[in-house]
Amino acid sequence: MKERPLDFGALFGSFDNFMSYTAGGLVFGAIYALIALGYTMVYGVLQLINFAHSEVFMYGTFAVAWTFVFLHGTGRVNQSLGEALPVLLAALVAAMIVSAAIALLLERLAYRPLIKKGAPKLIALISAIGASFALAEAMGLRDRFASWVGLDDNLKNYVVPGKARDVYSNPVSIQPKGLFDIGGYSVTDVDLVVLFAALAMMVALDQFVRRTRFGRAIRATAQDPESAALMGVNSTRVVQLTFLIGGLMAGAAATLYMMKIGSTRQNAGFILGVKAFTAAVMGGIGNLRGALLGGLVLGVMENWGSAVFGSEWKDVVAFVLLVLILLVRPSGLLGESLGKARA
Amino acid sequence: MPDTTPDTTPDTTLGAKKGRTVLRLTNATLRFGGLTALNDVSFEINEGEIFGLIGPNGAGKTTCFNAMTGVYALTSGTIEFEGNDLAGRKRHKITKLGMARTFQNIRLFKSMTALENVMVGADVHSKVSFFEALFRLPRHRTTEAEALERARELLNLVGIEGRHDELAANLSYGDQRRLEIARAMATKPTLLCLDEPAAGFNPAEKQRLMDLIRKLRDRGVTVLLIEHDMRLVMGVTDRIVVLEFGRKIAEGTPAEIRDNPAVIAAYLGVEEEDAS
Amino acid sequence: MAKDSSETKVKKDRRGFGEKYAAAPTPVKVVAVTLLLVLVYALPLLRPPILTTNSIDFGTVMFRVIAFALVALGLNIVIGYAGLLDLGYVGFYAIGAYTTAVLTVYHYSWPFFLALPAAIVVTMISGVLLGAPTLRVRGDYLAIVTLGFGEIIRITVQNVEWVGASAGIKDIPHPTGIGAKPNPPFDQGGLFQVPRLQWDGFVPIVDLEHKTSFLAFGSRDAVPYYWLILTFLLLILIGDRMIKASRVGRAWEATREDEDAAELMGVPTFKYKLMAFALGAAIGGMSGSFYASSQAGYINPQSFPLLLSMLFVATVVVGGSGNRWGAIAGGALVAYLPERFRDFADYRLLAFGLALTVLAVWRPEGLFPPRRTRRAKAAEAEIDALEEGTENEEVTHA
Ligand SMILES: Nc1ncnc2c1ncn2[C@@H]1O[C@H](COP(=O)(O)OP(=O)(O)OP(=O)(O)O)[C@@H](O)[C@H]1O
Ligand SMILES: [Mg+2]
Repeated sequence: MKERPLDFGALFGSFDNFMSYTAGGLVFGAIYALIALGYTMVYGVLQLINFAHSEVFMYGTFAVAWTFVFLHGTGRVNQSLGEALPVLLAALVAAMIVSAAIALLLERLAYRPLIKKGAPKLIALISAIGASFALAEAMGLRDRFASWVGLDDNLKNYVVPGKARDVYSNPVSIQPKGLFDIGGYSVTDVDLVVLFAALAMMVALDQFVRRTRFGRAIRATAQDPESAALMGVNSTRVVQLTFLIGGLMAGAAATLYMMKIGSTRQNAGFILGVKAFTAAVMGGIGNLRGALLGGLVLGVMENWGSAVFGSEWKDVVAFVLLVLILLVRPSGLLGESLGKARA
Repeated sequence: MPDTTPDTTPDTTLGAKKGRTVLRLTNATLRFGGLTALNDVSFEINEGEIFGLIGPNGAGKTTCFNAMTGVYALTSGTIEFEGNDLAGRKRHKITKLGMARTFQNIRLFKSMTALENVMVGADVHSKVSFFEALFRLPRHRTTEAEALERARELLNLVGIEGRHDELAANLSYGDQRRLEIARAMATKPTLLCLDEPAAGFNPAEKQRLMDLIRKLRDRGVTVLLIEHDMRLVMGVTDRIVVLEFGRKIAEGTPAEIRDNPAVIAAYLGVEEEDAS
Repeated sequence: MAKDSSETKVKKDRRGFGEKYAAAPTPVKVVAVTLLLVLVYALPLLRPPILTTNSIDFGTVMFRVIAFALVALGLNIVIGYAGLLDLGYVGFYAIGAYTTAVLTVYHYSWPFFLALPAAIVVTMISGVLLGAPTLRVRGDYLAIVTLGFGEIIRITVQNVEWVGASAGIKDIPHPTGIGAKPNPPFDQGGLFQVPRLQWDGFVPIVDLEHKTSFLAFGSRDAVPYYWLILTFLLLILIGDRMIKASRVGRAWEATREDEDAAELMGVPTFKYKLMAFALGAAIGGMSGSFYASSQAGYINPQSFPLLLSMLFVATVVVGGSGNRWGAIAGGALVAYLPERFRDFADYRLLAFGLALTVLAVWRPEGLFPPRRTRRAKAAEAEIDALEEGTENEEVTHA
């Protein structure tokens, strides 16, 4: 590996460079933000880090890839966004269903028994780590499972025998079309869809939490679980709803991610999950608007960082940023709250 | 610490020292957002006193403890302990200075034994270093033996004989409250702050607690007591401060407080509750 | 006097058979411990059937088992005693290994026994550097921050030429031994040579062809490395016991139980958390140092994946967090089972993941309290003894 000097010129040398790193960062930041919602909702209500949320996302990406294989076969094709749209929508539905199902399963198996027993947080976190591992590994071993049940032939497009841990790609790669330039960055239709879809989902969720009966129940539980329960809020339901929403958002994030990246793998969730969590903490965990802000800031900052330090240091930039934020402002940029209340 | 005797023997110089101010709150104000939990509160506690802090629920008594022990910082005003301004001091340093407390909602180290709980308190003044402990050097051994002896003595004093090696979680509720007192006493406090130590006690237990509090005072410890049970408070304290909505509404001897119309007004509802 | 008091502490820590052991007269204890030690040291030479791995050298496996047990012991201080969930422990393991590699071959040529303490100091300092800012943040944030730390270390060694980048560092020298270097296959090195056993079914045969050199370290035979690291493990074990039964151990436990209450009882919790963190780091670094200079003498960034961190946590939690013997057993199992059952190796992460969740869910208190349940029992026994006479009690304890 080459060692390179710090290259501030790459970022600040020209307005074009600067804008292109910023715009690229925003697109990724939107995906982080969507995943971050899952962490932030669960933390707001349960004060738990749902460590396995990364796997909820990862299963969503596979749901997207498999939908493409199912509807398209494996022949590699390039399509424009418009051509791929029907399949993408089907994939979105599939991903949201799969991710939500995994999230609910997690809640039921890894969390609820512990919450019932009032177990310490550390135990819940360990349970979540275990579940995260098991889920990621199960995906990594899918070729084995298929061969156990003798379906490896039928399923070979989905499991790629013997290569289950490798990168698994969409057969359709979506060709982005440049629409206009910001600085030197050609903003594509895919970028815009990712950014606006993410924003729209967040606004919808924000309104849902603020304005609906369910949202009130969530906020009430986040504020004071005991009083909420006394006032007739069914806390198990609220927790389920929280996981469901987190799962749906992760499914949407998975679809956008696959649009932009086009491939996934069994451990794809891990690093994205950590970053999304970072985004949640940065914005103020438990705070929905904070998740959006944190995601965008993180996406942009790490892109800037990789311009200056080199792209291999991108993840390091993200982690260092997390540590700095925790030190300077442990409750995040916008403070910690779900809805209005302090969690 | 080689010197374990002073507070185990009655302090004969008590009379002479009485009057020295141990704790002084001056215009202490503490706000939580919009709520003023302590509003311009001032009082002094003198050495050797048993001092009562009373008031209806939510009056700010526990908050006052929390401000004294460094859990919350005052919005304005000062707290002086034995001449030291406590502003900005770390919680464990305040304990080391000689202020110890118990908790309204019991906070023991549940998976440690009763004895170990008290030993944690006793460790405050231990000078044993990591290496002395690792290599079992003489200072470790003497300190450990002394702390152990002291801890056992304190446990017996508060009335937990024979259950020293029981896990704190397995002790009865009353024993847990008493264990909190023993743990606080192990830090060799000059000022012992008890937050509703008699909550949930039956009359016989309350009587024993009163005796214990007097015994502690006779050992030279100044006691600050938060309590809702009027009989107990009136029976054991020398002076009382009454809080209501974070404000000091009265101060005086138990007899004066009993007859104070403001206090009676503040307490009307609470008295009834107590009687039931 | 004080010895007695520490004995009572220890007694509380023991399992059922441990109580019997504690009741035995001293000479019996000495003999039992000695026999056990000899057995443990001789294990890779005895090569007992069933236990012995077939497809991979048993000595190598045993070395790894002890290396993991050492790591588990270190992490147990952090997680089990102080209650700090450190998910980036592999970072310290890597720092220990890389410090050793850099000092002994890559940039300098220090002997191993100088590099080892240096590695320990370096990891301890890195523990303090990481811990000082992060141990103040909320407990569950710490997990994520340490996770990030583990990744940072891996990415760093992957990208920095100075530590070999992705190619890693090879030819890390072995520890300096006494006597000639072993000369395989007829090992003649060391102070003397010890033959090992060969089993024909259940019939032992002394195998004079494969001898292990005593106190000499070569590239063929893992047993001398096993002896070396086992010795360090035992030393750490003793130290761990001393510290646990002292004000330091009490402070850790109190901090883990209720940090605010501990602070208000005069425990400088931050200082003790940092101490636990740095100690754990140092022990991890020590294990990494042994790993770097073991037989193969080669490390690269792939040797330190984040998964290893998770395995380490699994080790401690599965073994029984806060219980040093449980941690050691966990470490041993985590290193041993996949080697003994190679077909199983692919599934081990899945199995560990499931085991973690199942353990947490079925026995949320069970991860911590096997020891405490035992302790409660021991307490009952003591109460019984106490009822026979309080004076007697006072004498034995004071
Ligand atoms: N951390 C906090 N944040 C916000 N408000 C608080 C906090 N702690 C206490 N309060 C509020 O301050 C007021 C005083 O509370 P405090 O616990 O001191 O009352 P108290 O006199 O001890 O009552 P009780 O007799 O019920 O124990 C209450 O209204 C309480 O709700
Ligand atoms: Mg109170």
